[in-house]
Amino acid sequence: MPESEALHASHHLEYPYSRSVGPVIGAFLTGLRDGKLFGVRSPGGSVIVPPTEYDPTTGEDTGEMVEVGPGGAVESWAWVSDPRPKHPLSRPFAWALIRLDGADTALLHVVDSGGPDALATGDRVTVRFRPAAERIGAMADIESFVPEAATGGSAR
Amino acid sequence: MSDETTDGPSGPVTTLATPIRLDFDFTPGVAQSRFLRGLEQGKFMGQRCSVCGKVYVPSRGSCPTDGVPTTEDVELANKGTITTYCVVNVPFAGQSIEIPYICAQVLLDGANLSFMGLIQEIPTDEIRMGMRVEAVWVEPDQLTPSLASVRYFRPNGEPDADYDTYKEYL
Repeated sequence: MPESEALHASHHLEYPYSRSVGPVIGAFLTGLRDGKLFGVRSPGGSVIVPPTEYDPTTGEDTGEMVEVGPGGAVESWAWVSDPRPKHPLSRPFAWALIRLDGADTALLHVVDSGGPDALATGDRVTVRFRPAAERIGAMADIESFVPEAATGGSAR
Repeated sequence: MSDETTDGPSGPVTTLATPIRLDFDFTPGVAQSRFLRGLEQGKFMGQRCSVCGKVYVPSRGSCPTDGVPTTEDVELANKGTITTYCVVNVPFAGQSIEIPYICAQVLLDGANLSFMGLIQEIPTDEIRMGMRVEAVWVEPDQLTPSLASVRYFRPNGEPDADYDTYKEYL
């Protein structure tokens, strides 16, 4: 039997995990579903986005939820010129660390700037949510961030 | 992407669905493809080692003892001996067979390697080591290059095999 006669078959393996999100991340995801961005205030006064249940430095409980954004600044980014099937956008985009207005940490998300020439570290961007009917309480409720210039100025 | 659970349409989000999925193309290789194509024809195909003479089914294409390629194809009988078994009484996610059922290692006549098969047409408390069984296949037009072509094994009425005939396969 020639080697080319070895069989092939498509398989898929899937684990349908679901997890409890807890009160802090739950509040963050609830905010996304409602079209708002939230961080949490640490005992030292800084605002952590996305929020954590504990201060990453001291381990102390974090405090109240604080609304942040919707605009922010790009701290760093990497251009994806050839998106893969499971990437959030099918067209080229940037993965970026975005420090939202009012936050002291950066959030990793997508910047849809059209091309790498239209994006620079320090650029202002603003959130673009999916339509309310499509939002479910997940990171993908944020479709992307877009340059503020493209939205006709600051969204603040 | 995923569906989330909330305490109602406007309540707090409490759960996040995080499915993990892997899509892949599987090839069993040339030797096991031969076994699978045999199943498609309603027969068990194995391979014999030219050094030790043992017959492997399904064959991996080489002898694990002698390290030589196995090139001689051997068609095996449609019947064999239960070497050991397990009665499954525990339900689990994705179970497709009604419990209780019997899962057994079947040593086909002429083979030197047993493989796992479903045993049916016998009460679970009558299963025993050494029982002689035969394969029951799907209808000819339903045969595929898959073990799903074998519906199950069932007792074939022959006297139990002598322990000495299968003791080295336990």
